[in-house]
Amino acid sequence: MDALMMSRLQFAVATFFHFIFVPLTLGLSFLVAIMETQYVRTGDEEYKRMAKFWGKIFILNFVLGVVTGITLEFQFGTNWAGYSKYVGDIFGSILAIEATLTFFLESTMIGVWHFGWKKLSARGHAVCIWLVALAGSMSAYWILVANAWMQSPVGYVIRQGRAELTDFWAVITQPFAILSVIHVLSAAFVLAGFFVMGVSAYHILRKQNLTFFKRSFRLGLVFALIFSIVTVVGGDLHGRSMSATQPTKLAAVEAQWETAKSVPFYMLVIPSESQERNIVEWFGLPKMMSWLAHSDWNAEIRGLKSWPLEERPPVTLVFWSFRFMVGLGFLFVILMLVGLFKRNKLEESRGFLHLMVWAIPLPYIAASLGWTVTEVGRQPWIVYGVMKTSDAVSRIPDYQVGISLTAFIVVYSILGVICFYLIRKFAIQGPPPVPAATR
Amino acid sequence: MLELQQIWFLLWGILWAVYFMLDGFDLGLGALAPFVAASDRDKRVIYNAMGPVWDGNEVWLITAGGVTFAAFPTAYAIMFSTLYTPLLLILFALILRAVSFEFRGKIQSAGWYRLWEVGHFLGSFLPALLLGVAFANIFQGIPIDKEGIFHGTLLTLLNPYGILGGLLFVLLFLVHGALWLAVKAEGPLEERAGRCASVIWWALLVVAVVFLIATFFMTSLYANYFRRPYLFVVPLVTVLALLATRVLIAKKAWLMAWFASALTIVGATLFGVIGLYPFILPSSLDPAASVTVFNSSSSPLTLKIMLVVTLIFLPIVIAYQVWTYYVFRGKLTEEDLASEEAY
Repeated sequence: MDALMMSRLQFAVATFFHFIFVPLTLGLSFLVAIMETQYVRTGDEEYKRMAKFWGKIFILNFVLGVVTGITLEFQFGTNWAGYSKYVGDIFGSILAIEATLTFFLESTMIGVWHFGWKKLSARGHAVCIWLVALAGSMSAYWILVANAWMQSPVGYVIRQGRAELTDFWAVITQPFAILSVIHVLSAAFVLAGFFVMGVSAYHILRKQNLTFFKRSFRLGLVFALIFSIVTVVGGDLHGRSMSATQPTKLAAVEAQWETAKSVPFYMLVIPSESQERNIVEWFGLPKMMSWLAHSDWNAEIRGLKSWPLEERPPVTLVFWSFRFMVGLGFLFVILMLVGLFKRNKLEESRGFLHLMVWAIPLPYIAASLGWTVTEVGRQPWIVYGVMKTSDAVSRIPDYQVGISLTAFIVVYSILGVICFYLIRKFAIQGPPPVPAATR
Repeated sequence: MLELQQIWFLLWGILWAVYFMLDGFDLGLGALAPFVAASDRDKRVIYNAMGPVWDGNEVWLITAGGVTFAAFPTAYAIMFSTLYTPLLLILFALILRAVSFEFRGKIQSAGWYRLWEVGHFLGSFLPALLLGVAFANIFQGIPIDKEGIFHGTLLTLLNPYGILGGLLFVLLFLVHGALWLAVKAEGPLEERAGRCASVIWWALLVVAVVFLIATFFMTSLYANYFRRPYLFVVPLVTVLALLATRVLIAKKAWLMAWFASALTIVGATLFGVIGLYPFILPSSLDPAASVTVFNSSSSPLTLKIMLVVTLIFLPIVIAYQVWTYYVFRGKLTEEDLASEEAY
């Protein structure tokens, strides 16, 4: 393998690992903030215990998210020097703004919140976790603005051999970015909701801390119900915007080889990249795909074969990732609708509770599949239509990247295992018993 | 009138200086921990002395990196691809430090504690050393050609001047960290921390003098100072701050000594950065291949937008970080250590 392929793998390892922790941080911060606010408003100690229990898991997860994020920022320089030089004027400034505006706030307030239970008033302390939550989401906004620019570059001009900013407002408000933010944040909230429900279901099944975990479960349920619908609707809008901004990605996502009008949507498709056609196309819904992509039953969809081979993304991986992600997205909505009916008889719904315990990993998988579609689907471009990934890599010796890639895999695997073990341990342990004096 | 690039170069230097000033005491204290702690309780005092603030301190590094990317993208690209191995080592070490804070107290077992104590030490010591090595090499010049390609290995960077820079950083941070511990701890631990600061200060003095002399012979940092002698006020204040640190240590005025040490670190960083100008990454192969503030910067529009954002939000950041230090002011109490959130 050469430095290019290993650098790509290294970035993939680093981002996927980072994004195991990020969505739970984004979502759980709000859930903890809501719990603590309930405590401040009602004075009910149970809510305080909830905030502390979920907060403990939140902190552990948060730290892993932070440290894995730092390596990402610097990897643009270490491994993607060509890219950094070419687009730093725009991409770099967005990252710097993210750090100054939001990451400072998030990281400073998390320390105050973690250690400040007795240093601040109850109200002041609750404000801290709200600031953490809001700063986290704003942080995600800036990062997704930067990513959106790679998918759909706007507000720039090529000058002196690089992309220079001409319209900052266009960069930070383009629809692609806004739709990404809606889709990613709501998916993160679904993930956090499923996490809280899954852990709570485990305890409800064992009849431990029943009121505590039923409250937690219902909070997670409301959260995940609302945002699973937002994720699907936002994802649909996002997909439609893709037809204008990234036609090759759309074609790969739908395994559309030939340019055609009034394209049907097939429920079951098996694409073959070598044969440049689909081996299986079953259960077609007439004209559906044209409508999904362009909101027009007779619209034309450009096929993959209209682009030269070297400008097409890998079809199989992008196609299957997209299908499974969408399938999971709908599954989440269905599960939450079932949950809505069972919300008042949770203890009796043992089958549903078991299902929710096993559903914890599903939103994680969906999120990873989503990023696979976004990033692999953009290939061979690093900035769509502007710069190829192969032109972006640093000119560094292969062995250097080989060593660092190995180090990433080893270090992250160890961290992942320990973090999984600890979170599992605390989740199963449940909250500490209520001291007798306050009972 | 300063040009945009000059303002940004100054801001760039200040961001690094503040990072070294703040995370410097965390890194120094982490490196000092195994030698100053006599008991498990001492160790917990040390970790909790940094607990509420280390994460916020570390963000100055992210911002310094982000600003390098935003304001001088070409410098960012060449600097970080050139310093590939040391930079990744620093980042992995910082990961190790962060998780050591979090993981250590989570399982009650002596072996587990020991594991993350070693992790915390390495995660503190290595960044202190390598950041010094990296900056000394930048001051000295790095073998890069006109394409920005690095002609050397990790060993190229471990030259005598580079190692001297690493040693200087480690000692600066050790004194800084020992003083922070003296501020936060009580009793014998406070005494030991103060004594550490006092002893290490002499080593720091020797290395600082050697470094200033070596800098004269091995870099061209002084050129700017001879051209504009009023700039000598920066190294002068730095040396005075270093001496003041010693006086204040003797008086056991720990917090004031910490401030003097902070000023020393900021001054030392700015001394290098001012000497570096107009270079941001001088080439030791070919002066024409050097990366300067002017040939590596972003467009005026980006620099202006970034300047507005920074001038509005950085003061806000400073305000709430100062507030954080105020909330957690004073000695660590038994109640602090007994809380279930403590490390």
